[in-house]
Amino acid sequence: MDSVATTAPQTQHNDKHSFDTRIIWRTFWILTAITIFELGVAILYYETDFLPKHILNGVFLIMTLAKAFFIIAEFMHLGHEIKNMVMTVAVPCLLFVWFVIAFVSDGASFRHLRNRYDRYEYEQSKTPVQKTEHHPEAKKPGVE
Amino acid sequence: MAQAVPAGQKWWSGGKSPFHVEYGKLMMWYFLMSDAFTFGALLIAYGTVRMSSNSWPNPNEVFKTFPIIGEMPVPLAFVSLMTFILIMSSVTMVMAVGAGHNGDRKSVMKWLFLTIIGGLAFLGCQAWEWTHLHSEGAWWGRNPFMNIDGTQSTTNFTNFFFTITGFHGFHVFSGVIVNTIMLIMTWRGVFDRKGHYLMIEKAGLYWHFVDLVWVFVFTCFYLL
Repeated sequence: MDSVATTAPQTQHNDKHSFDTRIIWRTFWILTAITIFELGVAILYYETDFLPKHILNGVFLIMTLAKAFFIIAEFMHLGHEIKNMVMTVAVPCLLFVWFVIAFVSDGASFRHLRNRYDRYEYEQSKTPVQKTEHHPEAKKPGVE
Repeated sequence: MAQAVPAGQKWWSGGKSPFHVEYGKLMMWYFLMSDAFTFGALLIAYGTVRMSSNSWPNPNEVFKTFPIIGEMPVPLAFVSLMTFILIMSSVTMVMAVGAGHNGDRKSVMKWLFLTIIGGLAFLGCQAWEWTHLHSEGAWWGRNPFMNIDGTQSTTNFTNFFFTITGFHGFHVFSGVIVNTIMLIMTWRGVFDRKGHYLMIEKAGLYWHFVDLVWVFVFTCFYLL
């Protein structure tokens, strides 16, 4: 409790100057605009297939990272903290770079290997089935 | 931007706060970092399984319903509304933190209340979505949806969907509880007696984190 008492007035004093309602609303509009843009692109793709899906996914990922940046930097105020403190949070999160690349490529590799060596599974996964609108009643959870 | 630290000062020899943030707030950041890895692990597991599948259900087909308007397909509209609600409640939370800086008790209570309403609205939307998907036969272990190329889909899709949105929804629920406790404490004047509203900031960090995670869940399940 002592440390709170000694550091609190200092911290508060500093933040008072950097708190600005206009920046918050600007961030809000940026986030909303990005979300509407994503939605528009997704629906346009659904209607017209205007871009290859993997390029579109790249666009979505960049948009997502931009949104994450604005939430962390402005809403969570991390952009206004001391650099050393920012680094103690940001540097461990670099693990995600390896994490994502390693596991996603592992999944892709597994798909290729299985398609090559398990031909039965492969044929099955390429055979269209009859579309059933709904599961039969009896199969619903809680009914049986 | 990041504040500069004056050179020549012995920041780490004790008696000072080198990071210029309160201990509890710093620890909240480290907790959120660890929580980010939990969500990251779940989402990356989803990504791995999806990459190892030859096909996957089309989110525009699965998530195309909206309450009240019946069977008319409106792809992604409802989930966009949920995203908007969460962003909006993040804004009201920042306003509560800002009001706390000024020691404005009434204002803090107003914004916290709006944040709680936003959280409850989000949970309500999620409850509706889950109920709707359940009524279509989707649940853990059952998947009524076809893959996008018309082939048989596995239950991986529904398993990951319900697990990850459920885990996120549980975070939202916890956030609503935390914010409600903050509201009661503010109302009883606990922070006025302490002389600062730093506790609201910590609750705020958690709440923004929930919004942050939703941004990734939204992309991974509804857009990709």
